[in-house]
Amino acid sequence: MEIIKKASAGTLESSDVYVEIEPGSRGIQLTLDSVVEQQFGQSIRALVQEVLAELGVTDANISIADRGALDCVIRARVETAVMRGKGE
Amino acid sequence: MNNKVVSSLREAIELSGLKSGMTVSFHHHLRNGDFVLNMVMAEIAQMGIRDLTVNASSLFDIHAPLLQHIENHVVTRLQTDYMSGTIGKAISRGIMDNPVEFRTHGGRPSDIELGRTPIDVAFIAAPAADDMGNCSGKYGKSACGSLGYAYPDAANAKKVVVITDNLVPYPLPDWSIPETYVDYVVTVDAIGDPNGIVSGTTKITRDPVGLVMADLAAQVIRHSGLLKDGFSFQTGAGGASLAAAKYLKDIMLRENIHGSFGCGGITGYMVDMLNEGCFESLMDVQCFDLKAVESIRTNPRHQEISASHYASPSARSAVVNSLDVVILGATEVDTDFNVNVHTDSNGYIMGGSGGHSDTAAGAKLSMIIAPMYRARLPIVTDRVNCISTPGRDIDVLVTQGGIAVNPKNTELRQRLTDAGLPVVDIHQLKETAERITGTPCRIAHSDRVVANVIYRDGTLLDTIHGVSGK
Repeated sequence: MEIIKKASAGTLESSDVYVEIEPGSRGIQLTLDSVVEQQFGQSIRALVQEVLAELGVTDANISIADRGALDCVIRARVETAVMRGKGE
Repeated sequence: MNNKVVSSLREAIELSGLKSGMTVSFHHHLRNGDFVLNMVMAEIAQMGIRDLTVNASSLFDIHAPLLQHIENHVVTRLQTDYMSGTIGKAISRGIMDNPVEFRTHGGRPSDIELGRTPIDVAFIAAPAADDMGNCSGKYGKSACGSLGYAYPDAANAKKVVVITDNLVPYPLPDWSIPETYVDYVVTVDAIGDPNGIVSGTTKITRDPVGLVMADLAAQVIRHSGLLKDGFSFQTGAGGASLAAAKYLKDIMLRENIHGSFGCGGITGYMVDMLNEGCFESLMDVQCFDLKAVESIRTNPRHQEISASHYASPSARSAVVNSLDVVILGATEVDTDFNVNVHTDSNGYIMGGSGGHSDTAAGAKLSMIIAPMYRARLPIVTDRVNCISTPGRDIDVLVTQGGIAVNPKNTELRQRLTDAGLPVVDIHQLKETAERITGTPCRIAHSDRVVANVIYRDGTLLDTIHGVSGK
């Protein structure tokens, strides 16, 4: 799946996550800013990569501003951002 | 002496004989609206006095200028019972050479009275004072209610300076701290910002998770065997704790239960309980809102108490020893029921015991109320990052996912189980939370100790390490 325009999903409320995705050409470029970086940073990065792989996104710049969201929330927000960024 | 009024703060400091290396003290009833600590420390810094110990019953964000005095070595030691995030973060990053000494609201007056932490000059912020130093927190534009935490300072410091923005003719009626302790009186334009001193109203939570916890907390009290005539109670000002107090009030009124007293930091909700007949009196060491200030001023059954009377372990007795139930908060609880209220999830200091471990030690039932997880971080851990209150003093943890009873309290566990309440093992609470949140990695600390947590009896309970990185 190709990301053809900039898109976002989520909020900066506590326990939510704000995801921004835009077209890229050098694989997945992921930046993460999380209030639980120390405790969950690695698992959040792995989850985002997993969701993007499942959706077939191979090239995109994605930035994640996490306010302590659960995995199910992060998954939903990333999926939504991808769907909004793929066009149509 | 005609009177004790001196012309300026500087003159009072000079007359007090304050010199480098001494100890000054402050009380925190003006909370995040306090101007006095900052104005005194600014004057002291200008006078070139250095290497001071500051003994403050609590420190709030408004006291951030203190950080500059620490960097300039005007202040080289801190003793306090609580510090909010701005000061705490800087301490955690290591701006002080000497570790902060954290005490409790009962341990502080105890150590002052026992001579373990002598005070050279105490500065008392007084919303009302006369020219001989009789003073009160109940009157004036900066009224804060009780002056409980200032009593041990006034009674034991070598010199006592009263700072007021409301000088009245001698004698001030209904004084709290008497002139017998006071050396000098200084008048200033304002001792504080009323908006930061007390909140207009304290509100109960509307968060559904908080309301579930509050309802369970009230049920635990109801079935504990303690809720009967003569009942005594303390709760904090947090949203869920206040909601629990409201549910408790409903039960007491419905079942016609006449309690004995409420104590602690007092909110309007406790005043309502007094006025509606739930208690005979309130024992008040600090007022949290305008309603509490109004009540302590007008209702003789709403009594001011000193910090020692509230919680000192070396007093012949203290109010906390007569407490039936206390509701307390936590940033973390471990599977041995140890509680952390000093540091946040990333290890930064953002609080302190206050009266937490005093009331937990004194009360027959010490309850922690906390959600299973906050922003993905489980409340229950294998080991808290800082032991603020030892698990032996905690009876029960109430969360929205169930009630964990300390295994030592078999009677309570039986009572709650018999009442059909959702009693769970604390390890199970941890597992349930981690199934939802994932298992967090441990946070990193630096090797350096930035604070010592001193238990109410004067022994070292735990140490707090600094935070490296951002």
